[in-house]
Amino acid sequence: MGRYVIRRLLQMVPVFIGSTLLIFVMVYALGDPVAALFGDRAPDPATAAQIRKDLYLDHPLWQQYVHYMAQIFQGNFGTAFDGQPVLTLMSTAWPLTIRLTIVAVVVEAVIGVVLGLFSGLRRGRTVDSGVLVLTLVVVSVPTFVSGYVLQYLFGVEWNLVNPSVSPAAPFSELLLPGIVLALVSLAYVTRLTRTSVVENHRADYVRTAIAKGLPRHRVVLRHLLRNSLIPVVTFIGTDIGALMGGAIVTERIFNIHGVGYQLYQGILRQNSPTVVGFVTILVIVFLIANLLVDLLYAVLDPRIRYA
Amino acid sequence: MDTLTESPLVPRTDTLLDVRDLHVEFRTRDGIAKAVNGVSYAVARGETLAVLGESGSGKSVTVQAVMGILDSPPGFVTRGEILFRGENLLTMPADQRRKVRGAKMAMIFQDALSALNPVLTVGYQLGEMFVVHRGMSRRDARAMAVELMDRVRIPAARQRVGDYPHQFSGGMRQRIMIAMAMALEPDLIIADEPTTALDVTVQAQVMDLLAELRQEMGMGLILITHDLGVVADVADRIAVMYAGRIVETAPVHDIYRAPAHPYTKGLLESIPRLDRKGKELYAIRGLPPSLTDVPPGCAFNPRCPMARERCRTEVPPLYRVTAERGSACHYWEECVGDD
Repeated sequence: MGRYVIRRLLQMVPVFIGSTLLIFVMVYALGDPVAALFGDRAPDPATAAQIRKDLYLDHPLWQQYVHYMAQIFQGNFGTAFDGQPVLTLMSTAWPLTIRLTIVAVVVEAVIGVVLGLFSGLRRGRTVDSGVLVLTLVVVSVPTFVSGYVLQYLFGVEWNLVNPSVSPAAPFSELLLPGIVLALVSLAYVTRLTRTSVVENHRADYVRTAIAKGLPRHRVVLRHLLRNSLIPVVTFIGTDIGALMGGAIVTERIFNIHGVGYQLYQGILRQNSPTVVGFVTILVIVFLIANLLVDLLYAVLDPRIRYA
Repeated sequence: MDTLTESPLVPRTDTLLDVRDLHVEFRTRDGIAKAVNGVSYAVARGETLAVLGESGSGKSVTVQAVMGILDSPPGFVTRGEILFRGENLLTMPADQRRKVRGAKMAMIFQDALSALNPVLTVGYQLGEMFVVHRGMSRRDARAMAVELMDRVRIPAARQRVGDYPHQFSGGMRQRIMIAMAMALEPDLIIADEPTTALDVTVQAQVMDLLAELRQEMGMGLILITHDLGVVADVADRIAVMYAGRIVETAPVHDIYRAPAHPYTKGLLESIPRLDRKGKELYAIRGLPPSLTDVPPGCAFNPRCPMARERCRTEVPPLYRVTAERGSACHYWEECVGDD
């Protein structure tokens, strides 16, 4: 187990380097960041050269990358072109996005598993078909459509929630954005749970559980659901990273100044330190979430042993 | 000629399970498969009944109906009675019937690896019987689980109670299944091919253990098998099934001495025997019928060496051969007299 974790952590290093290098190259290939800094005006060549020197831009790209990584590991994410340290942006953006993601994960896990279990137990009946159609609709509607529609209905038409989230962003205001963010994953969780329940429903050990004279709720929850959740937990775990990245659209719609919002602004303004910094952290979150999922897998399914 | 319309047994006072004229069908997209067509058998306390038959003969479906674990839909009991200790299980309220399962009648399945839950420890799965049926605490139930594992002779039970099914060998897993079935000392145990999935070397050990525990506790046992060798050692009576019906039922020694049905005879002759080494092994020609399309008359007639016109039109009832024997063959007398 310990050796497995160490090996996995070591495997993360090339993945981390590869993905950050890629994003670094892509962002810097977008164009001259100094030119972008000055917008429409042409910069004075001397000033431009000075800025280049300050920002380490006068070195070859690979040196810039190494320099940047070295800075990051000293906790220095650089300064955005508007003068704010990227770290300051992060300290306000990450808590918001993490809260939003928590809401989304809870929504997709709880509602998805419950819906999936019910339709799986009643496969082929009206409930099952209804849920299947519903998930299909949800999957096919893009977030920016469902987001705006729900925002309009709940926020404007029925006036149930605040259509725009306040800067403090308490959990109560994040409920609707969380649901919007979770919708597509929610549909996947529902379908995954349903399939898994249907598959396990005919398993021999479920028949054994019935033959033991266990009450139905015990057969379903302790034996059937416990086994059916293994793939679902894996999905939800890997989805955490995707949700944080996917929050770009949701955060725009509900005006949440989280990671997605900062990334969007960074891309729009060609603000490379912001973009690379945020993405680097996202990569790390993604990698750690995946490792935790793999470790959790062994807890859920004792047949899996790491060597 | 005398026929047995009721349970094909001499009436007894200590009847534990009495299955009467049971019909089970599976309603599938390809049509209705009549898996069980009027099966009657009885098991007395302390008696071992072996149910013999090929795959698809309805032997497993019958006991699934008895246990109440029939996959429904598509499976439905359409007719008949299942009397257990004098009460009809089929009309019993669901919750009452659930309490009978596991506590009063228990089942041992063929493949213990798939029949045990892979993600729960064996201690949990054994202890669950006591938690649910006896209201015991988890800790007490675990102690009982260790005791049970000792009883089925699993070495180092105390250390292994927290292990998962996949950590045991095939024979040990089947012992755990047996322990689970015996846990609450039920009156009736149903073993559905308990040794089929095991290595030949452990088959005998597991079978001996089962027979020994059965004897100790004085339980009734229904042993489903297609292994005639196993049957001769442990069974008191045999019921041979074909296409969802019982074709012959008899005390075990009678059947080996002189089968009263051509199908039973064919089965016995297809056992490899040392004294016939070198000679070609007998095989019953043809295949068992599809259950959606059972031949008219006697279902065995297309494969029967002594089939006549009457066999193709008239379904044979279970004729009384002796006081405790029955055969569903119009010409059973010829069959018995043959040897």
